[in-house]
Amino acid sequence: MISLAGRDIMHSWGKFVFTGMGLGLLIGITLSMAGIYRGMVDDAKVLLDNSGADLWVVQKDTLGPYAESSSIYDDIWRGIRGMAGVERAANITYLTMQVGKQAGDVRAMVTGVTPGGPGTPGWPPHLVAGRQITRSHYEAVADIASGFKLGERIQIRRNQYTVVGLTRRMVSSNGDPMVFIPLKDAQEAQFLKDNDAIRGQRRRTAENPALNPLLDAVIASQTTNPYVNAVLVQVEAGHDPEKVAGSIRRWKRLTVYTRSQMEEILVGKLIATSARQIFMFLVILSIVSSAIVAFIIYTLTLGKIREIAVLKLLGTRNRTIVGLIMQQSIALGLIGFVVGKISATLLMAPIFPKYVLLQPLDSVMGFIAVVIICILSSIIAIRAALRVDPAEAIGG
Amino acid sequence: MKKLPLKKRSLALIAVLVPLLALFVYVALRSGPLAPVSVVLATVEDKSLSPALFGIGNIEARYTYRIGPTVAGRVKRLDVHVGDRVKAGQVLGEMDPVDLNEHIRAQDATLKRASAQLNEAQVRRDYAQTQALRYEHLLQARSTSEEVVATKQHDLLVAKAGLTAAQEELYSLRAEREALAAQRSNLSLIAPVDSLVVSRDAEPGTTVVPGQTVVELIDPDTLWINVRFDQIRAQGLAPGLSAQIALRSQKGKQKAGRVLRVEPLADAVTEETLAKVVFDQMPDPLPPVGELVEITVTLPTLGATPIAPNAAIHKIDGRLGVWQVTHDDLHFIPVSLGIADLEGRVQIQEGLKAGDRIVVYSENVLNAHSRIHVVDHIQGVRQ
Repeated sequence: MISLAGRDIMHSWGKFVFTGMGLGLLIGITLSMAGIYRGMVDDAKVLLDNSGADLWVVQKDTLGPYAESSSIYDDIWRGIRGMAGVERAANITYLTMQVGKQAGDVRAMVTGVTPGGPGTPGWPPHLVAGRQITRSHYEAVADIASGFKLGERIQIRRNQYTVVGLTRRMVSSNGDPMVFIPLKDAQEAQFLKDNDAIRGQRRRTAENPALNPLLDAVIASQTTNPYVNAVLVQVEAGHDPEKVAGSIRRWKRLTVYTRSQMEEILVGKLIATSARQIFMFLVILSIVSSAIVAFIIYTLTLGKIREIAVLKLLGTRNRTIVGLIMQQSIALGLIGFVVGKISATLLMAPIFPKYVLLQPLDSVMGFIAVVIICILSSIIAIRAALRVDPAEAIGG
Repeated sequence: MKKLPLKKRSLALIAVLVPLLALFVYVALRSGPLAPVSVVLATVEDKSLSPALFGIGNIEARYTYRIGPTVAGRVKRLDVHVGDRVKAGQVLGEMDPVDLNEHIRAQDATLKRASAQLNEAQVRRDYAQTQALRYEHLLQARSTSEEVVATKQHDLLVAKAGLTAAQEELYSLRAEREALAAQRSNLSLIAPVDSLVVSRDAEPGTTVVPGQTVVELIDPDTLWINVRFDQIRAQGLAPGLSAQIALRSQKGKQKAGRVLRVEPLADAVTEETLAKVVFDQMPDPLPPVGELVEITVTLPTLGATPIAPNAAIHKIDGRLGVWQVTHDDLHFIPVSLGIADLEGRVQIQEGLKAGDRIVVYSENVLNAHSRIHVVDHIQGVRQ
């Protein structure tokens, strides 16, 4: 049997391929949009994965440390460490701020990690260059998205840090790259004001006559920061994280989140609005894509309405004509999908400022959606073709 | 001949579609979970490790002298300024005696009065003694009663007691006079040792209370550094170890020093071990007291053992280990770690031997089923 669609495509293949490529770019944007949504969810999850924690102990009745500010004393971890079922507990601080480098600033999430070694909760789980922090002060491990390189000196508040290691995909839920520094430096960075502010504070304290006999002690107490944002807890093998969390809630009177609760906070609350926006764009793009496919197929069909009339005059069955249009529509969809997938993966994802996660399952679903949209879009064109009067072939 | 135009079209279509399809297959296999993970490998080597400890501290003066008056008074004059070097015994300033001289004169007068009272008491005693003796003789001659003699004896004892009281009163007043004289001679503020003036806390005319500092001196030759080491990494810290000292004001320049002592009391709040480090040779000019200093203490070199970079250590299912590569297959090998140095190398006590190939850096988190692609450096890393 002669493939009428193939012959017709062959007849004007240039137009067909270019139309397919145009459609492909639109499909590429749709796939990228899905990738951006997946990327946002993944950003939230990598933050949890990278922390290496089973439980997050935070200030009572807060959603901290990612969704809300949380502040607890830095010696609480000792009490938590002694509880049954707790294998490791480590303090952590998070602060999103501008990190200075030689040329300009970079917005980053500065994370203060407890000294220890690889595997300590909060430490970056894998590096792409350099080494982990070994000194307890003034060293940093940065994500490559920050643009820092090994050996570079960066400025966090008043201190300079040397970048000793680089990581990949260590980002905050907003997609800001993370910079890991020792905990004590981070506590200082969170708290320490600029010199003018310190002098101003000292003067104000000194002018308060009630504090005069204890001035030195009061000023000393004003220049320390015994707080952290959260305690990360790793649960011993064989213990139920929920039970350990319950026991910390009961005896330490703090709020504790398990991994699934934290995920719910990050994905369900923190990025919910952004995710809905992206989802809306995805829906709109899908509608626009189907409208465009329908329009293209309809125009292509109208362009050869005379030929269809001739076919009808020759006694061609309706099934063959439907096949002609539908096959062309699907072929267009296929070219579009291939071009879309390539452009999304090779062109759009690498240069997009946010992380774009293109999952194979999304691609498969996208492919099925494209085929269905193409079939549905061809219905108007099929209807127009079937209503053609064979007499038009001669009527002209 | 007739088929040629069609063939040409087919060829052109194939020329467009085939590369497109090839690109599509490449994209499908090279992105997402199907793509191999780029890794950088390293070989475990037997090496000796020079562990070191890193801490930060501040320059402090070992001996600080806070000079001030011993009694409340007003500063009369102050001859030294911040930055002056002073000699032992040098007069730094003087306190205003205010009413001290008048007190001394009053004390002199009181002394004279007490001395007169003493004379009076002596006279009373002499008279009582004479009387007592006379009445004893009279009693022997039976010319008086025993009762009268007893009264005279009693008078004598009272007069003696009065004399003792007058003598003690005089001693007391003399001591008080000496105390005032000592206070007066103590009005000079004197440097106890050769030292440097670091602060001048009261100006002439200021009234100060006993113990309040007027001038603060330090001994500039005994500056030391109060260093804080994180307890987790303070293992091996001992007196006598050599130390590299980097002053904040002289970035890049290292000075030699050594650990003088490790403090018996650690800081329980900051969880840090404290130590004192001294300069081998005092820097000239002197660094400001209170300046921030970075200290690197070198520990004795250890024997050769398998060494791995700390970036290769991962924690999976609660166990520390490394990803070992044998015949392009990944295996997670649990290891036990020994001492680490500041350059990120760590001793492997168990689990690996020299020559083993391990993954140092990976583009993504690895698992046992990951396909790997060995590269020199991970893409996107700026060298």
